Amino acid sequence: MEKAVVPSATPPTIAALASRRNFLRKSVVLAGGAAATGAGLAQAAPLAIPESNKGFGKPIAETDYGMPSKFEAGVKRRRTDVLKNRQNFSDWSMTPLADQHGTVTPNGLIFERHHNGTPDIDPATHRLVIHGMVNQALEFSMEDLMRYPSVSRFHFLECSGNGLTDWLKAASKTVQQTHGLLSGGQWTGIPVSWLLDEAGLASGAKWAIFEGADGSGHLRSLPIEKLMDDCMLVYALNGEMLRPENGYPLRLFVPGWEGNVSVKWLRRIKVGDQPWHVRGETARYTDPMPDGKWRQFSFDMECKSVITRPSGGMNIKAGAHEIQGFAWSGKGRITAVDVSVDAGRNWQEAVLEGPVLDKNLTRFRYRWNWNGQPTTIVSRAVDSTGYVQPTVLDITKVRAIVGFVQHHNGIFPWSVSAVGEVKNAIA
Amino acid sequence: MRSLKLALSVAAALAIAGCASQQMSQPAARPDVKFGKPIAAADLATWDIDIRTSDGKGLPPGRGSVAEGKNVYEGKCLACHGADAKGGPVFGTMVGGIGSFKTNARVLTPGSMYPYAPILFDYIRRSMPMDSPQSLSTNEVYAVSAYILNLNGLVPADAVMDANSMPRVMMPNRDGFIVDDRPDTRAVRCMQNCK
Repeated sequence: MEKAVVPSATPPTIAALASRRNFLRKSVVLAGGAAATGAGLAQAAPLAIPESNKGFGKPIAETDYGMPSKFEAGVKRRRTDVLKNRQNFSDWSMTPLADQHGTVTPNGLIFERHHNGTPDIDPATHRLVIHGMVNQALEFSMEDLMRYPSVSRFHFLECSGNGLTDWLKAASKTVQQTHGLLSGGQWTGIPVSWLLDEAGLASGAKWAIFEGADGSGHLRSLPIEKLMDDCMLVYALNGEMLRPENGYPLRLFVPGWEGNVSVKWLRRIKVGDQPWHVRGETARYTDPMPDGKWRQFSFDMECKSVITRPSGGMNIKAGAHEIQGFAWSGKGRITAVDVSVDAGRNWQEAVLEGPVLDKNLTRFRYRWNWNGQPTTIVSRAVDSTGYVQPTVLDITKVRAIVGFVQHHNGIFPWSVSAVGEVKNAIA
Repeated sequence: MRSLKLALSVAAALAIAGCASQQMSQPAARPDVKFGKPIAAADLATWDIDIRTSDGKGLPPGRGSVAEGKNVYEGKCLACHGADAKGGPVFGTMVGGIGSFKTNARVLTPGSMYPYAPILFDYIRRSMPMDSPQSLSTNEVYAVSAYILNLNGLVPADAVMDANSMPRVMMPNRDGFIVDDRPDTRAVRCMQNCK
């Protein structure tokens, strides 16, 4: 491994050499006698035939659902370790973004936010009703809904509370904890507009409320204009039916807007002429403003990015690294991501990996030779509206950062110490 | 006939999709099929529980007093929310916070935060108690709502909440909301010698 490291542009410092020695020592301790297989330099040894070459593998089961390797057992959703809830029904779990290698989040790792746990719904008995200000109230079974031609689209999903523990001080250690209320995937279902058209919007219809069949009866009001534009009734994600925790058998999906409005376990759509102002759009999911007011219906998830590798909790060595991360915008496509490896003084444009899709995760890459000096790395995204991802300082000038603050899209720095420890460096 | 129409519309959608190298920002044209079944209002009455909280539209017949609410609360809510709704082992306080929004310690309670009192009825009925939501009677929901409003000093001890009285309770945060006015930052894409 050491052999493959591209030499730094500047001679390695004492600290870097020390950290390298440190790393080697740790490797030896961790891997014991097996260190020779990977530790390089002086310790290269003849390769043995792997045990996996020398016998039967696991036979093919008659039926099966494949699971990750046991060696990936650490790649799990995790509840927040900063803001611990005293019950786990209205709670959340986060996607391990540092271990996500493409723009699609595996279904078992899509983040969760429920308001009364995950219901277990039989699709044979599930019903969707559309009523209110429509010409004809309608009822649909899942079988009915799946008879329509389907539409599949790639989009990110992000909770408005993503980052809420890390505005003014570093509270979370890893990118899973700072940004893991974020996932991406291919959503399959039918446009909401088709069913609203089928029911027939009455004159004056301007809003609709979407309600779930879970124990919280979660519901949100949404403007008809957005619903008719690009919202979907989704029954599948990444090629298979939704997992129960993602809304099985039916959910709303609202591209680019805060995840809370993409109501899961959807059972009812009621059309009206104004919003309902339910608890979840007044007392919660509103943003504190400096004059004591609250910003309401702040649906858009604005342009944002984060470096996922290297990120908090990792230890890196001096030399070559590919800085990797995600950028996304609820208002369009990502047009650029800049990376700074000197704490925001100078920036270089990262490479965006295609396809770069509207309101979807975009992966960025930037090749970096770390010279072993302590520094801070950070990313900044620009979207197709021309909006540039702000700093937290920019945001604090126009909003109140008190209490349960949401919609944190500030640029997010990671510090790298002289021995290569990567840490949350917000504020 | 229906299946022929479906086949034709699917073919048309595929033809459109074939031209697009990336996902379409607009959904495909609606197919000429209708699979919804008409449903009568009476048949969805148990589902039709939303309340337009700004004027109480949808509040059902029934009533409940502060005193009745105290009884319901102590039997079904106190274990999680604590005595006098001041916070318990599972959830924080539901009392106070009025006037705290211009300080750096905003206290969010139904009293300080809800712009309209019927939000209490809607939320309690659909979501509480958490282990058996939708189990309270309409009168119990009105009563617990009255009790919480009274603890917050917003209705007197002899108040009775019903479809008529509840929308008239003046909530202190009624005018506390502004509509989304973002983008509210104008960051500049500085590349060299920034800060």
